[in-house]
Amino acid sequence: MTGQETVNLQGNHACALGAVAAGCRFYAGYPITPSSEVAERLAKELPKVGGVFLQMEDEIASIAATLGASMGGVKSMTATSGPGFSLKQENIGYGMGAEVPCVIINVMRGGPSTGMPTRPAQGDLMQARWGTHGDHPVIALTPGSVEEIYEQTARAFALSEKLRIPVTVLFDESLGHLVETFALPDVTAYEDTVRKWATGKPEDYSPYKADADGVPPMARPGDGYRVHTTGLTVEESGFPTQKAEVVEPVMQRLLGKIEINNDLVESFEDVDCKDAEVVVVALGVVGRAARKAVRELRAQGVKAGLFRPITLWPFPTKSFRKLTKKAKHFVVAEMNAGQLILEIGSAKVDKQAVSGLNRFDGQPISPFQIVTSVKEVLGHE
Amino acid sequence: MNEQVALKKETQAENNKDFEIRDYLRLDLFPHFMCPGCGHGIALRALLWAIHEQGIDKDKLAIVSGIGCSGRVGTYIDANTFHTTHGRPLAFATGLKMARPDLHVIVITGDGDCLAIGGNHLIHAARRNLDITCLMLNNEIYGMTGGQVSPTTPHDRFTTTTPAGNMEPVFDASRLAEAAGAGFVGRELTIHLPRLRDLISEGLEYKGFSFIEVMSDCTEVNGRKNDLGSSPEMVLGQTRTMRPSEYDNNVVDHPFRPNSMDMGVFVRSDRPEYGESYRNMVDQLQGLTQKGQK
Repeated sequence: MTGQETVNLQGNHACALGAVAAGCRFYAGYPITPSSEVAERLAKELPKVGGVFLQMEDEIASIAATLGASMGGVKSMTATSGPGFSLKQENIGYGMGAEVPCVIINVMRGGPSTGMPTRPAQGDLMQARWGTHGDHPVIALTPGSVEEIYEQTARAFALSEKLRIPVTVLFDESLGHLVETFALPDVTAYEDTVRKWATGKPEDYSPYKADADGVPPMARPGDGYRVHTTGLTVEESGFPTQKAEVVEPVMQRLLGKIEINNDLVESFEDVDCKDAEVVVVALGVVGRAARKAVRELRAQGVKAGLFRPITLWPFPTKSFRKLTKKAKHFVVAEMNAGQLILEIGSAKVDKQAVSGLNRFDGQPISPFQIVTSVKEVLGHE
Repeated sequence: MNEQVALKKETQAENNKDFEIRDYLRLDLFPHFMCPGCGHGIALRALLWAIHEQGIDKDKLAIVSGIGCSGRVGTYIDANTFHTTHGRPLAFATGLKMARPDLHVIVITGDGDCLAIGGNHLIHAARRNLDITCLMLNNEIYGMTGGQVSPTTPHDRFTTTTPAGNMEPVFDASRLAEAAGAGFVGRELTIHLPRLRDLISEGLEYKGFSFIEVMSDCTEVNGRKNDLGSSPEMVLGQTRTMRPSEYDNNVVDHPFRPNSMDMGVFVRSDRPEYGESYRNMVDQLQGLTQKGQK
């Protein structure tokens, strides 16, 4: 699955193939529009490579089985859309707390509730950050093309394994069903990334004693460590504790482990941000429209730029600030009533103005809308 | 074949003799959290005894549990233990067993965990018939949260959420598992320890989904509120409402034991085990692919 093979794929199929290429050997899911093609493709592909495909009884069982397989040491994944993502939240939190790697795909559709199942939206950005209860570390990736879906799905596995955390990949219905031709990127490095396994004497091993990178090696069942895994707050031994002086450092380590590894996690696209007066912030499919809009605006002599987070969570705040120092305005274009704009509001520096371009009618945002929005902002100056 | 069976029985009897529960416990976690008089400890002893009898390697043993009193029981076992979320241990175990068929996967769950919040997973695990042993500790109450009504709380029983007595009908968990397709189903009381051990042992040996319902007792938040007496009194009370499965529901005994529940093995079927079926499909597919490539 490596090399320069040219393919013609739908986003959801690219997601499935990217997962297999990254070494995914277990999938558990439940049918839901518009993500079902991910499952359908994996039902075909996984048995070919000796992997396991399971259609479970519900969304909760799907994430539970995915985590169960990962506890057994296998790279695993589940895919869903908004309503299913809501149902999975408790167990995603379990994975974050007990530090069980896995990948969750959310092909976003219109909401709230059942919403518009066959229409694109970007309504789950904040749910991907704060969906599960309690304080927790998080990684969410937002690819913007079919090729990027393939690559970022594979990367999600690598990050998940390396940092022992469930990683969410968010893209919307239009990208999931978009068909594009591209040369398959080489994801061997992602395939080769596996979690640190416990080695050495079992009596010297502490399940939650982290290395310098903030990540503890994991014990594989059958290797003789016989450890305890729980969703309760634990001390380094892996057994529950409620002692304040023990809980504090344990939580600090858990919440801080992503930042220590920021070089690995951070990713974004920057188009002419450095000298831009107006920076459009957009992700996923809207990033494509924004790229076109920025090109057009530049052609008209407007100093416009684009900042497109690929790693949405944690938001690349430091890089964002550095790149957009000269910007006077931000236009945050997103297919929801205003979620990314909340993050930009706190990431921007004092005198920069922020305005939102929002669409939640089940239609993508067009380049023309973005151009108009930017001009409006400049006109009001 | 008969010789093999005889040999196996002999080995089991031999294993039986040198069973030492401390070999299977995380003793540094003691004292344990269970209330005085709780039946869960006896169920744990029966389980460990059966594990010993079956000669299961602790390194290859995976205990998966959910939330509640039953969920905490597995913590004390010196094995690969997974304390998962409320109601979901069977779903976690399904993933684990499919990914790692070499592990011996046992689920310890309770009546609330398995029949209420996790009811959907129970019926589908039974239907799938994957090689998992599910031990449901039925104490007829939500003990950990302070004694609320559960799907198996008997009629008229007082609990913190049924101050006027329970008006809802109960689930017969074993019959539910049977109807859903579990390959092996049985029920036993904690007072019959050797019989409980044998039942679990047979369940562990069975290739497929085995559902074992252990009638436990909760003296603290169930018995006390209903004047069911001390733990021995409660357990003896259980024996009065139970009958061996050989007894017909309609025989003379019945009028003297109204609403009695039966005990013993209810189902031993030769339904295909799902993991094996899946792996056969994978092997066939890979064989076909290789043929096609030639």
